[in-house]
Amino acid sequence: MSYNHMIGNRSFSFPDLKTLLAKASPARSGDYLAGVAAGDDSERAAAQLALADVPLKHFLNDALIPYEEDEVTRLIIDEHDAAAFEPIASLTVGEFRNFLLGPLADASALEKLAPGITPEMAAAVSKIMRVQDLILVARKCRVVTRFRDTIGLPGRLSTRLQPNHPTDDPTGVAASILDGLLYGSGDAVIGINPATDSVPAVCALLDMLDGIIHKYEIPTQSCVLTHVTTSIEAINRGRPVDLVFQSIAGTQAANDSFGVNLAILREGREAALALKRGTVGDNVMYFETGQGSALSANAHHGIDQQTCEARAYAVARKFKPLLVNTVVGFIGPEYLYNGKQIIRAGLEDHFCGKLLGLPMGCDICYTNHAEADQDDMDMLLTLLPAAGCTFIMGIPGSDDVMLNYQTTSFHDALYARETLGLRMAPEFEDWLLRMGVFDRRIIDGAERLRPREDLSPAFGAALARIA
Amino acid sequence: MKLVDTNPWAKLRRFTQARIALGRAGVSIPTKASLDFQFAHARARDAVHLPMDRDGIVARLEAAGYPAIELKSAAHDRTTYLQRPDLGRRLDEASRGKLANLAEKGAHGFDIAFIIADGLSAFAVNQHAIGMLEAVRPSLVEMNWRMAPVCVVEQGRVAIGDEIGALLGAEMVVILIGERPGLSAPDSLGLYLTYAPRVGLTDVARNCISNVRPEGQSFPIAARRLLFLLTEARRRKLSGVDLKDEADVAALQADVPQTRKNFLIGDRDPD
Repeated sequence: MSYNHMIGNRSFSFPDLKTLLAKASPARSGDYLAGVAAGDDSERAAAQLALADVPLKHFLNDALIPYEEDEVTRLIIDEHDAAAFEPIASLTVGEFRNFLLGPLADASALEKLAPGITPEMAAAVSKIMRVQDLILVARKCRVVTRFRDTIGLPGRLSTRLQPNHPTDDPTGVAASILDGLLYGSGDAVIGINPATDSVPAVCALLDMLDGIIHKYEIPTQSCVLTHVTTSIEAINRGRPVDLVFQSIAGTQAANDSFGVNLAILREGREAALALKRGTVGDNVMYFETGQGSALSANAHHGIDQQTCEARAYAVARKFKPLLVNTVVGFIGPEYLYNGKQIIRAGLEDHFCGKLLGLPMGCDICYTNHAEADQDDMDMLLTLLPAAGCTFIMGIPGSDDVMLNYQTTSFHDALYARETLGLRMAPEFEDWLLRMGVFDRRIIDGAERLRPREDLSPAFGAALARIA
Repeated sequence: MKLVDTNPWAKLRRFTQARIALGRAGVSIPTKASLDFQFAHARARDAVHLPMDRDGIVARLEAAGYPAIELKSAAHDRTTYLQRPDLGRRLDEASRGKLANLAEKGAHGFDIAFIIADGLSAFAVNQHAIGMLEAVRPSLVEMNWRMAPVCVVEQGRVAIGDEIGALLGAEMVVILIGERPGLSAPDSLGLYLTYAPRVGLTDVARNCISNVRPEGQSFPIAARRLLFLLTEARRRKLSGVDLKDEADVAALQADVPQTRKNFLIGDRDPD
């Protein structure tokens, strides 16, 4: 069906739901690249007005990619929970926004609602929300996951320690891990991007991370961010895999381009579950996503990039992940051109993920060919924790020397916690205090955790091994 | 007055280029480290916009005995290139005609084609592309592989290699391309291999070796890894995800870290 809107004497017509969604999307370079963006600001505003009048029920009957063609569509339709949807079944997109902002949508209501919300509904409502709406609603969502510690509790902000090294040199990797741990980073995961996807190199890194976590009894989990089939192979070889990683996207064709499908992801999850390595829970998956990935594989089916991204979350939630990370500025300026577009996209992704019930974190990042800088990242770094973001990245000095982009530093996480009064995962915090890495101090009447100036004895012994 | 807390693990800096042990002012990055970072960012931004030294590369190729072909993508300037990856993945009309002409004259049907493209860091290509080629050539000559003329492409992206490979009738294509410049590594070269190249392939059909530069993967290591992939790709008639980089042959044992040994764990490998 087509959607029409009349403003003054100008009438706007949108032939189908995906066109309406695309034209209602706040401006970004990837949608222009795909040729699906609104032609001008008036058309965008009209599309948003028209979208606000669309009943949520329409999204259940009007699949953006036909059911027969796409397993992500089938997943969304087949697993939709009609009972959970019931409280909002009579609402339009515009009314849904009002509902989400209001007092009826408290943490427990939102949690019950999540299985009744489809990615397209989440994407649609996000398109008519301002930045403050995206923050206010996401902040109300509670998503708690567990493996060796507890991620996502209220008032907490966790970090992935990302100790990347251009050649996976064990000492170089260990140096970044130590730096991160001593700055209180790593409660979400110690997750390394290997320099190459080779099975032996991945196995060596898995052994190394496992050795470190065991020796120091760190309440966290490790992950080597390699293709799911490589993790399965490592498990087959008896290696210590905590979390299985995979990049995922919102269409079957885009996932094909990553060399994955739902069956392979299920196989990966089952292999990791069978190892029973979690101590406080069994969320064993770590997913990464990012707006533009479907388009970059020419697998977007004419759908705007933010809606494609939200559909990836349907894939993620099927597999009960510990962590989902939108790598928002990594893909480059052809999809998100500048700081403004990156900031908005990061908040949209976080909001949609949380609304759908995911433990959403964000790689607050940019590349050197994007029109963005540290000031832009500081804005997103301040906004996301205000929105209750589950975790961010932590790397030495914001400079990833392997992937060649800039993300948040160990210091940045301390800044966000300091400014917004946030803490790390409780088990990890206890460990930092027990190890003498951090201590409690009263600063201006408030208790704060701060790095200690003297070196923790256990890590002092490690450093003494180096001449 | 002590303004900055220094970190007692600064001696670890010699093991990584990562910005470790920066110390802190309160919980923040101290002034000097903060401004050093801003300078590095400015330099990387400049590297993105540096043009490829096409004439110099072609001259050096010819001096080293490689026939060379100069080509252009459909993205004719840097601004277009950055916003239109689709154009950077395809040749322009003139370049396509050039290759078609050469094919008519018999330049068609090769075992392997090498392509040099600026990508996001012409700096990397200017510095390292020919050194990398030289590191793999002896083995290819020894195996008697028929090598296509080396194509030098301006404003090219990875997938343009597939179009070129198809026009040359090459069984395999390897593109040497400048990777997005990092703060500490503005000169990283990436190598992408495709078996049976043709327009429309995605990353799933390619194998990648990244971070090729003196401080990253050296030419000899990258060359051995590439040769392993090339011979396996040819034997199994495929590339990409199905062709795992099982480059753990004896020759590589010394180069790929095979151990978890490091100072955090100690000298002895338990178990």
